[in-house]
Amino acid sequence: MKRFIGFVQKEFYHIFRDRRSLFILFGMPVAQIMLFGFAITNEINNVDIAILDRSQDASTKEIISKISSSEYFSILQHIKEEAEIEEVFKKGKVKAVLYFEKEFSKKLIKQHTAKVQIVTDATDPNVANTISNYINSILSHYQEEQNRAITLDYQIVPQSRMVFNAELKSVYMFIPGVMTVILMLVSAMMTSISITREKELGTMEILLVSPLNPFQVIIGKVFPYIFLSIINAAAIVILSIFVFHVPVNGSLFLLGLESVLFIVTSLALGILISTISATQQTAMMISLMGLMLPVILLSGFIFPISSMPVPLQVISNIVPAKWFIIIVKGIMLKGVGISIVWKETLVLLGMTLLFIGLSVRKYKIRLE
Amino acid sequence: MSIRIDHISKSYGKVNALDDISIQVDPGELFGLIGPDGAGKTTLFRILTTLLLPDHGSASVAGYDIIADFKAIRKQVGYMPGRFSLYQDLTVEENLRFFATIFGTTIAENYDLIRDIYVQIEPFKNRRAGKLSGGMKQKLALSCALIHKPKVLFLDEPTTGVDPVSRKEFWEMLKRLQAKGITILVSTPYMDEAALCDRIALIQDGRILEIDTPKAIVEHYPKPIFDVGAHNTYLLIEKLNAYVHKHSVFPFGEYIHYTDQRDGFDPLELRAYLKNEGLQNIHIERTKATIEDTFMELAKQ
Repeated sequence: MKRFIGFVQKEFYHIFRDRRSLFILFGMPVAQIMLFGFAITNEINNVDIAILDRSQDASTKEIISKISSSEYFSILQHIKEEAEIEEVFKKGKVKAVLYFEKEFSKKLIKQHTAKVQIVTDATDPNVANTISNYINSILSHYQEEQNRAITLDYQIVPQSRMVFNAELKSVYMFIPGVMTVILMLVSAMMTSISITREKELGTMEILLVSPLNPFQVIIGKVFPYIFLSIINAAAIVILSIFVFHVPVNGSLFLLGLESVLFIVTSLALGILISTISATQQTAMMISLMGLMLPVILLSGFIFPISSMPVPLQVISNIVPAKWFIIIVKGIMLKGVGISIVWKETLVLLGMTLLFIGLSVRKYKIRLE
Repeated sequence: MSIRIDHISKSYGKVNALDDISIQVDPGELFGLIGPDGAGKTTLFRILTTLLLPDHGSASVAGYDIIADFKAIRKQVGYMPGRFSLYQDLTVEENLRFFATIFGTTIAENYDLIRDIYVQIEPFKNRRAGKLSGGMKQKLALSCALIHKPKVLFLDEPTTGVDPVSRKEFWEMLKRLQAKGITILVSTPYMDEAALCDRIALIQDGRILEIDTPKAIVEHYPKPIFDVGAHNTYLLIEKLNAYVHKHSVFPFGEYIHYTDQRDGFDPLELRAYLKNEGLQNIHIERTKATIEDTFMELAKQ
């Protein structure tokens, strides 16, 4: 036990004396969560649009004022000719042009149909889509107001309700993902680097020629990272609750337990990586390429798994992060308990045992 | 027997790092492995410290088999690898304390053993190991290797890259440790250090050339050996090498060590030859063979 404490103490010296690892441990999580929470967002706000109004009558003026008074759009300029549409898009600021045909009001009253074209800059298809939807809904809202007096014979009134994230805040989606990425990064990359560093500097040679058995060395190496990762996980949850107002609807205790499980999974992966790489550089490359990319791309963090091609959907099953994200979303947003996420938990547990088993088998008690 | 090496062979791919090596080291002996870089010294150390498995042969350290009882050996030996292998970001004291802890002891418990060495670096005990000078690093590494009172000490090229004064001090320390009953196996590429060992093994290309006391090895040198000097050393080497009767020529300090093929060699004859070749201030004197001469002679065969 004394040996173990001595070893862990040494590990903490390493961590706290290396600015680079300190930054990865504590700077990175905060930076990432702030980046994803504030900067990267799918919501639209104050989008600049242009108006091409060939009628300039009561109806169009009313629609335009409705649009400009919404928080989503601000009208940057009015243009006169169709030819100018492409021009304003090329300048880059204007993301959409609203084009009212001639005699809009008159047609609306006499023929019951008037046309307005929504032209969007689709270089960013998601944003274009969202803008078009927002404008559509403002237009139909206007139409509804006008038709209030008239009763139609048949009418379908769709009422959509978004549950678990009624305001469609993208931070709800990012928090579980960012938490996963950070725990994976800290646990797997930092342990694999710290173990390979001993190999690279030759100190592993001395540790091997000592009464410490490999198991003690490994546990001593990962223990500080378990501790630091738990602090990180807690910090992320606190940030998400108090800064981004993401609720934790389920049990905080269960969330904690699941996080510890995922941390252990990542640590086991880190140990496995260290057994196959000889230098810190290799360990870092394998961790970044082999872990970070799948975690970001294949875990359902950013891109929904259901819309991936089938082979990728199958591959996504072996990414531990996928299961953890399902668990975190379930607990934080849906407020579910272990009775719902037990399957995912079992998968993670199985993976962890597999990784630990593999690393024990691959771990060398000698130099070669 | 403190270390018994029995027909050990080890190869890396096609390279024979060790070829049928057998050495026996008595308890309390200071034994030197002398040979150039790449001779296989480090490989032998790693096999004895249970870090590598031999391809053939067997060995035991402090009575334990290096394969079956590797765990027991790891408790009994102190090992100082050729490369400085301590934690550079830990201070002198933290390094020492760490190694004491993992061997289940404390600095205080074995302070007697390391006192002579450690007092010299104690003033810098709060300095990071990475910021120490070469000689101090080596003293720290030795302290760390000794802190658990090992029965056998393995020192792989401990004095490489260390200044002459520190080297001398280091060998004095080894003598004192030997007096405390620790068996020491030390390797070095420096022939002058060989004379300080009880016995030495000359090793080259993974083969043992000879094992004996330094004195006996020198006495076994088969030929009379001469110090030759002149005003122009470069020209002298050239002319000696061109001399038809020469057996060996190699520079040694300020002189050239020369041996002749013939049994009844007359130095006056060589003097005449050199004078004829335009060399001045010629000096020829019979000298004693050194370990280096023996090594060169054996390596030639």
